[in-house]
Amino acid sequence: MDLAVEIGSLKLKNPVMTASGTFGYGEEYSEFLDLNMLGAVVVKGISLKPMEGNPPPRICETPCGMLNAIGLHNIGLKRFLKEKLPYLRQFDTKIIVNILGNTIQEYVRLSKALDDAGVDAIELNVSCPNVKKGGIIFGTDKRALSRLVLKVKQSAGKRVIITKLSPNVSDITEFAIAAEESGSDALSLINTLRGMAIDIDTQKPKLANITGGLSGPAIKPIAIRMVWEASQSVRIPVIGIGGIINAQDAIEFMLAGATAIQVGTANFINPMATIEIIHGIRSYSEGKNIDNIRDIIGRIHGTAGHNNINL
Amino acid sequence: MNRYFKAKVIENLSLNSSHNLLTLEPLDPAAEPNPGQFYMIEAGDSYDPLLKRPFCWLQKTRETIQFLFRIKGKGTSLMRAFKKGKVISVIGPLGNGYPLPRKKRTPLIVAGGTGIISLFSLINKLSHNCHVFYGARNKDELLLLNELEKLGNKLIVCTNDCSFGKEGMVNEVLSQFLSANESIKTSCLIYTCGPKPMLQEITSIAFHEGIRGYVSMEENMACGFGACQGCVVNTISGYKKVCKEGPVFPIEDIVWT
Repeated sequence: MDLAVEIGSLKLKNPVMTASGTFGYGEEYSEFLDLNMLGAVVVKGISLKPMEGNPPPRICETPCGMLNAIGLHNIGLKRFLKEKLPYLRQFDTKIIVNILGNTIQEYVRLSKALDDAGVDAIELNVSCPNVKKGGIIFGTDKRALSRLVLKVKQSAGKRVIITKLSPNVSDITEFAIAAEESGSDALSLINTLRGMAIDIDTQKPKLANITGGLSGPAIKPIAIRMVWEASQSVRIPVIGIGGIINAQDAIEFMLAGATAIQVGTANFINPMATIEIIHGIRSYSEGKNIDNIRDIIGRIHGTAGHNNINL
Repeated sequence: MNRYFKAKVIENLSLNSSHNLLTLEPLDPAAEPNPGQFYMIEAGDSYDPLLKRPFCWLQKTRETIQFLFRIKGKGTSLMRAFKKGKVISVIGPLGNGYPLPRKKRTPLIVAGGTGIISLFSLINKLSHNCHVFYGARNKDELLLLNELEKLGNKLIVCTNDCSFGKEGMVNEVLSQFLSANESIKTSCLIYTCGPKPMLQEITSIAFHEGIRGYVSMEENMACGFGACQGCVVNTISGYKKVCKEGPVFPIEDIVWT
């Protein structure tokens, strides 16, 4: 049985990746699982200079999910290239680096450096809801997004560019199309949804940043819908993200139109979640006599909903 | 040895209306924990609550690990209902734990409320050699009193409402002790865990008396092993993760806000 999928020119041994910001730089998980088994590792977002992140409390739990306002706490490009990338290179998996900046110039410099360093793909983070400047502006303004993708694509040579879209827009297809038309090789969606929680005892917001990004099973139906919409509006591959806990969730995303998926919050609860999902996709395929996992991508497109009479 | 393992509930004893003693038997080989380290424990079978909860271990035998927890919210309420034989997933031991003192140092253990749980494994290890200061709001909130007495340390207990032991806050009791025992200041080392305002008071005492020490911190965390970066505290060298670089920090490193 063939679990391999392609994201542009990037060939993955299976469709399971880790979502940026939930898997550190890979090292954090190496005692729990064999990184060689993953389709790809997407590392924590990298900026040109190190970032301190937001003050605590940075996270709080909500029903079937969690809010986070980490604020892109990261070690910066220089240390990533020197300390983290060589470690990841030992493994037979694809390395995808999530990047973020305040200006197009910053994204361009990051992409060039990572292209030179020979990473497998670059994921443009234009959708973090937790920093005041930059990033999100590109994710919520179509023209800004187009300019960004165009410039990065020009500067990063043949490297596969994935644009990670924000769900905090009224029509995701407009942004999907804008990214595709500007040369993005793939899309990943969704990033977290902006949310908020209040402690009624102290009568204060639960997060120091006041608002945060909602993730976990609570957001899965929204993510499925957006993947379904986006994947029908573009020809480039869509990577599905949002509340994937097990193989059933991953398969649901693929049926909705995702070529691959990213596992995020589930890694926190079960550090072996990605591996269990890979095994689960394999047994599902065996059970359904699917020779090639690519056959299920977008299978529900064009079909009608459940007809109760036939149930 | 994988720190992510399954464990079976051997016993789940209700100690009083708000505390339970949970005994787990790891089903896979589990690593030996150091005093002050913690475990992430699965609280429920569904997605709500979603995250595991961090708990310091209390006692460890060859077959079992014991946890004492306070019933505070949804997660711990579900844990209170854990039945014997239930299998749950656990991650641990996590974090750094308390560094042991050099031989000639006298440890002053200062615990507030449930902070005693984190410090208990340390006291157990240090045995007779330390002074234990333990404060709680009232008599009902005091935990492990018999066990602490059995360990044979110099034990001073206080309650805010004077329902047991000395009256007052544990920081006041520590201050009184230090004024009465000037000579100990040059040869002691503080280990403390408890509510934030208390830890801040203890830090200020340590600073004024020129005593070094260690503080165990707490923050909301999602993973427990350094991936989510949610559980930071502010230190003199920037934000540090409680789960990985802590939970125990040199007392002088914490920047209180």
